[in-house]
Amino acid sequence: MIILASIIHVVLALSLSPLLIGVINRVKAKFAGRRGRPLLQLYYDLWKLLHKGAVYSTTTTWVFRTGPLVGISAVLVAISLVPLGRVPALAAFDGDIILLAYVLGLMRFMTVLAALDTGSAFEGMGAGREVQFSLLAEPALLLGVGALSISTGDWSLSGIYGSLFADGLAAVAPTAVMVAASLLIILLAENSRIPVDDPNTHLELTMIHEVMVLDHGGVDLAFIQYAAALKLWVFCALFVGVALPLQMHWPLVDLAFGMAGVFIVAMVIGVIESTMARLRLLRVPQMLVVSAVLAMIAVLWALR
Amino acid sequence: MLLAVVLIPAVAGLAVMAPFVKRLRLAVLLLAAVGHASAVAWICSRPLADNNADAWIALDAPGRLFLAITSILFLAAATYAIGYLRNEENRTTKDAEEGFLFRNEPMNIFIGCLLLFLATMSLVCISQHLGLLWVAVEATTLVSAPLISFHRHHRSLEATWKYLLICSVGIALALLGIFFIAAAGQGVVHGMNIHALTKAAGKMDPVWLKAAFILLIVGYGTKMGLAPMHNWLPDAHSESPSLVSALLSGALLNCAFLGLLRGQMVMSAAGLGEFSGGLLVLLGLLSMIVAAVFMIRQSDYKRLLAYSSVEHMGILAIGAGLGGLAATGAMLHAVNHSFTKGMLFLVAGNLLAAHRTKNIHEVRGVLTTLPITGCLWVGGFLAITGAPPFGMFISELTILKGALQGGHIVVGVVYLAALAVIFISMARLMPPMAFGIPAAQIKTKEPLWAVAPPLALGLVVLTMGLYVPESLWNALRAAAGAIGAN
Amino acid sequence: MSILTDLLMMLLVLTNLRMLASSRVAVCIQNVAIQAVVLGAITFSLSAHAAIAAGVIVVAISTVAVKGLVLPWLLRRAMKGAGIGREIEPFVGYASSVLIGAVLLGLCFVIARPLRDTSHAGASMLIPVAMFTILTGLFIIISRRKALTQVLGYLTMENGVCVFGVSLAVEEPLLVEMGILLDVLVGVFVMGIVIHQINREFDHIDTDRLSVLKD
Repeated sequence: MIILASIIHVVLALSLSPLLIGVINRVKAKFAGRRGRPLLQLYYDLWKLLHKGAVYSTTTTWVFRTGPLVGISAVLVAISLVPLGRVPALAAFDGDIILLAYVLGLMRFMTVLAALDTGSAFEGMGAGREVQFSLLAEPALLLGVGALSISTGDWSLSGIYGSLFADGLAAVAPTAVMVAASLLIILLAENSRIPVDDPNTHLELTMIHEVMVLDHGGVDLAFIQYAAALKLWVFCALFVGVALPLQMHWPLVDLAFGMAGVFIVAMVIGVIESTMARLRLLRVPQMLVVSAVLAMIAVLWALR
Repeated sequence: MLLAVVLIPAVAGLAVMAPFVKRLRLAVLLLAAVGHASAVAWICSRPLADNNADAWIALDAPGRLFLAITSILFLAAATYAIGYLRNEENRTTKDAEEGFLFRNEPMNIFIGCLLLFLATMSLVCISQHLGLLWVAVEATTLVSAPLISFHRHHRSLEATWKYLLICSVGIALALLGIFFIAAAGQGVVHGMNIHALTKAAGKMDPVWLKAAFILLIVGYGTKMGLAPMHNWLPDAHSESPSLVSALLSGALLNCAFLGLLRGQMVMSAAGLGEFSGGLLVLLGLLSMIVAAVFMIRQSDYKRLLAYSSVEHMGILAIGAGLGGLAATGAMLHAVNHSFTKGMLFLVAGNLLAAHRTKNIHEVRGVLTTLPITGCLWVGGFLAITGAPPFGMFISELTILKGALQGGHIVVGVVYLAALAVIFISMARLMPPMAFGIPAAQIKTKEPLWAVAPPLALGLVVLTMGLYVPESLWNALRAAAGAIGAN
Repeated sequence: MSILTDLLMMLLVLTNLRMLASSRVAVCIQNVAIQAVVLGAITFSLSAHAAIAAGVIVVAISTVAVKGLVLPWLLRRAMKGAGIGREIEPFVGYASSVLIGAVLLGLCFVIARPLRDTSHAGASMLIPVAMFTILTGLFIIISRRKALTQVLGYLTMENGVCVFGVSLAVEEPLLVEMGILLDVLVGVFVMGIVIHQINREFDHIDTDRLSVLKD
């Protein structure tokens, strides 16, 4: 039964993650008083891109073409490692959080390499920022999950999330609140959402993620966009597991709650994007430091 | 009845602040000072209350001693204020040092705060509840801040700000220390009465008590001017009007010392007197050394006196920390220091008014320009350095004797060395001011208001050097005994 | 220990971090006010088990009223009077302040350990958090230039001390509690006056430029 739920989760993640982007865009449109794009717009985009050929600049090498491929395979591994709320991941073992972090790191690494491979100054700038910010976001992520692992005594993601609220809310509430706050900031930063990055802007000077993939087209771009949606799903799932203190002990019900949670998070992101302004680039590291400090506090609190 | 010593100055102070008593302000000030002094005299003539374990306010031996000192000193300062404030009536004044014009603080605020200062200090002396004591000590800071900034110019504002911030922060730490004592006594003692605490001290948690005392010594030590928390003291003492400096040095520092003594009472009752006494001695020696270093090359005579206060607070801390005979000596020293330093600051006020500079090297020939003031200055120099015919000689010797009797040779040696350095540096700086030829023709009279109060204080100190009455010895021994000789 | 107390403690930690992170004086003032409300709430949440004494209610309400309403109002007036909206150049930058704050918090957990073991008070989290609040206040006092920000640091510290008092369930009589509160009120009032005068005399309130008096 549990295995079934895990499989269903992966299938749903693969099929529904582009919808998350649609939900975010729809919420933003509502806030702005527009009708907005169709909810399924990303599916249409992906379909269109998959039917196009790619144009490669003559200055690029094989690195440029591997980037999207490695990216999507890495995030597929990540999806199978991440639990959704109380639903365990497809694969779970002690220390899988480190693999998760490194798989996401590999994805970033290849994207950065591909961006640098184009030799464009703009893409290089974006790559530089991406690396700088991830330098701060990654320890925060590991510290946050570390805090959860200390307070549950478990060392695999599924184990941590499965037993997080098992002893009642009171024992872990402060830690969970801190980790949730920290994860939310990391989620926004890692997925290039406002206030860190604006996915809709086309001003290369201030962009981070989008600027790195300017030169990709066709199938490559489809891979990149799909991978980004899946990555968003991974972080939403991590966040929901901490922020949603529910445990039903029926895997399918837990799965339903988790799914609902992921889409609520998407709506929350939409609200955040509609109500906040993008931070100055100078302030982004400060925000990430705050997230790291929150995670640190969570660790301290769990260690007491 | 005991409350009268708080209420008389408090009511008078609030009344003075009202705008319609313009003419009577100085009369009210003097009247309140006399009233306070007579109330204190009456209270002191009665036997001490037995150590009531749930009284808020009561008079015990250390409190009585410091209350009496405060009252007498305030009477002298109030008398001095009559003459001083008449000269300051004119609201726009020229700065003595840099020559710019500034406006004084409104007179009613100054006199009112002066009286409230007395009220809060009296409350410190009679508080038997550690929380109430803290409230009173913090209140002394707040009401004395306007006194320091009476001359509203940039230097006094700077001094006031440092005083306010550093002392408030320090005192907040002392409050934490008091909470720690309460935590140590949880389940053992109810309430924060000092006698209840000393009775139950043996059963208290020593870890909490030690932490509490460290916080108390940092907190009250800041207010008392113990090095290295003394930074505010020279600034505040040098920039405030001289009669305020006299009160700060002679009375306020004692109040903080009393707060520290209350902590020491609990510690020695808990059998931790070694620990707390050691800390007191350490900070005391440090204060003496720091003061000595800063006095060597001092060029401002009010700052010189301020550093001398740091030194003498160090001596008090050493005496209290060593306990026994040294503690009795420390009590006597508190009396001597308050009166001597009060006298010196009042005399310094006269010097500043006549010579219009605080620079030691620019003041020469005071004996020619202001004969009585000059005599008092030289006499004060002898008194403050502990030269023989004056009271400080006896008290410093008593503390030294206590240290040597207790086998604290190193403490005694460092103490003597610091005293010697301070004597030499003061001897280089203070007496030359009295002799020589005055730099400019200074035509000033010495009004009775300006010389009588320091003269009276000086005579008291001289008498204390020649003969200490048995009743005073008894009072000192009682006060030292209350701290608990360890 | 109730979950409410735990969350309130967490909130206190967060306000401290916000204090360290923000350059806007108005935000810091708001922070101090929030802390006062948290302080009042902690008083209630700790005594939730026992019957709440009338004195506790009076103290909690007047704490919130004085530190949460009156003092912020006074401080905001002082802020407008001095015409400063931001602490422009602190001695320690904001990101580093926050990191130092995290280190300080860790330190407090370590320091508080021996005290906690011997403590009879049940609330184990209160001691390190109170300590952290005190250290945050002290750090702000030494790392910021503006006199007004230093007053805010002092208030933060004072709040920390009060959390301590509350956490140890020190049964201060009403009179003393009120005396402490009155002292803080008058203290900030006097500091506000001095800041006003400093601003008038110097046209700034940068305390590091108050450096005439020295040896």
